[in-house]
Amino acid sequence: MSTVLTVAQLTLREASRRRVLLALLTLTVLLLALSGWGFSRVAAESGGSALTSGETRLTASILLNLVMFGFSLIAALGTACLAGPTLAGETESGIALSVLARPIRRSTFLLGKWLGLVVFGAGFVVLAGLAQCLVVRATVDYWPPQPGRALALLAAQTVVLLTLAVLLSTAVSPMASGVVAVGLFGTTWVAGVVGGIGASLGNSSVERVGEVSRFLLPTDGLWRGAMNAFQDPTALSLFGDEGGEAFPFLSTAPLTTSYLAWAVLWVAMVWALAAASFVRKDL
Amino acid sequence: MSATREQAARLVTELPPTPAVWCSGLHKQYGRRTAVEDVSLEVGRGEVVGLLGPNGAGKTSVIKMLLGLVRPDAGEVLLLGQPAREPAARVRVGYLPELFRYQPWLSPTEVLALHVRLSGLDVSEQERRDVLALVGLAERARDRLGGFSKGMQQRLGLAVALVARPELVVLDEPTSALDPLGRVDVRDIVLSLRERGVAVLLNSHLIGEVERVCDRVVILDRGRVAASGTLGELLGQRELRLHLTDVPAGARERLAASGTVEQEGEWFTVALPADEVASSVPDLVADLVSLGARVHAVEPGRISLEERLLGILRAGADERAGGAA
Repeated sequence: MSTVLTVAQLTLREASRRRVLLALLTLTVLLLALSGWGFSRVAAESGGSALTSGETRLTASILLNLVMFGFSLIAALGTACLAGPTLAGETESGIALSVLARPIRRSTFLLGKWLGLVVFGAGFVVLAGLAQCLVVRATVDYWPPQPGRALALLAAQTVVLLTLAVLLSTAVSPMASGVVAVGLFGTTWVAGVVGGIGASLGNSSVERVGEVSRFLLPTDGLWRGAMNAFQDPTALSLFGDEGGEAFPFLSTAPLTTSYLAWAVLWVAMVWALAAASFVRKDL
Repeated sequence: MSATREQAARLVTELPPTPAVWCSGLHKQYGRRTAVEDVSLEVGRGEVVGLLGPNGAGKTSVIKMLLGLVRPDAGEVLLLGQPAREPAARVRVGYLPELFRYQPWLSPTEVLALHVRLSGLDVSEQERRDVLALVGLAERARDRLGGFSKGMQQRLGLAVALVARPELVVLDEPTSALDPLGRVDVRDIVLSLRERGVAVLLNSHLIGEVERVCDRVVILDRGRVAASGTLGELLGQRELRLHLTDVPAGARERLAASGTVEQEGEWFTVALPADEVASSVPDLVADLVSLGARVHAVEPGRISLEERLLGILRAGADERAGGAA
């Protein structure tokens, strides 16, 4: 256990010393400031009674989900790009040689790296997301119905993606692992939107695109669950259920327990694959 | 009951210590290329063993298999008496890789602290500072590695290999990035390790270095052990070349009694046995003079490890060429 913590700590130290933390902080502050300005404009509009209170809540929900998507994208890019160098990069450059010649198991080392990335990625989305919720509360007086659940799902989405990045970085080069992980993340999101459009048009085969992609990589499913917990429950009624499906920054249904269980199982399976691949790797 | 236990304990303590490294039948294939084939070797406790061979002979692959960094396709490895599959076998093993790179965002002090923690041993801060001083990095102990030269990184690698009180140190090309002074430092460090009873497996291209510090040498060629033994065994018998005139029969007999004699004109070459004593050469010369031979010159002849290595590698190449024909 102490080895896991030592390696996790090392990974976090790497993130902070390599200025990843600083870069993320700058981006976050920028995004918070921009969204704060945007939300204050919404408040000004609704104050002038151009918007009804329902419309304000809908706008706040959509904007909040949009900004949260920005954060989840930053977290995805950040962790995927960190997983590559920290694992594949270390084996490629030779840094891993002297570390893995110590009396430690490779799976323990991998668990430490993964844990470090989880703390980093999940910690980032939770803190940045919470800050965003506070900004929204201060500007348009909107507070999401289930902020804890929403932030936890955002964190889970980050964990899913970084686990995939860890698996990829045990097999391919650091650059390729980051690119493929972020590419798959984007593809699944687009497939989810396409599926939503299919649902709103009543086309079941197009709808299936989203379902299959959410099954293969649970990032989009978790993201939709998070959106559902961020948005105002009455907001969707303005759209009508089917119109809401087609809109990428609203979610019609909360996450099911079985899907959540699948996401947990998915992470466990992909992690086990990563460990099996890393244990067999010749350095 | 306790008497039996004591007896058992005595038996165990009286057992000869297991070798620092023992491996048998190591085999490794990368795709269609055989990198290592049936390599067996042993490094005794406190022994310094040199691993020699041309590029691509499989030296680094063998080292990595010993340390669990590369999975052998076949073969067994014991490190300090424990199966190398178990990470615990590496608690008292220090390693300087050929490709030495350390976390550029850490300082030497932090790198050593990390390795001490990973080794699970309790090594005091003073000890860690001493190791850094030993490799000449005391002044840069708190600087980030990002700005270190290759030579300094290799010195740090040496400190990493030495920091967790090793009983076996594996050095893969430890002087490749060092200046001549650094090479002397490494030689002194290896010799002091031997004095302290620490076993060393040294892979080096510098034959002179190996010849100076190693008790035994293993020569690898094309993934196989081409030769191995103590320097005396590998370099064979010592030769003595004598320029003699007026050699009476008695003197010839005396020469023949010392070893196999070859004559070329007035030059006699005597192959002395490997275990000859220090006084045998002056004794022989005194006897020859007293028997009436006139001694003009006496030259010690010893083939260098380099000549021997080249000889072994060329013989291997000739054999393969012959086999192919």
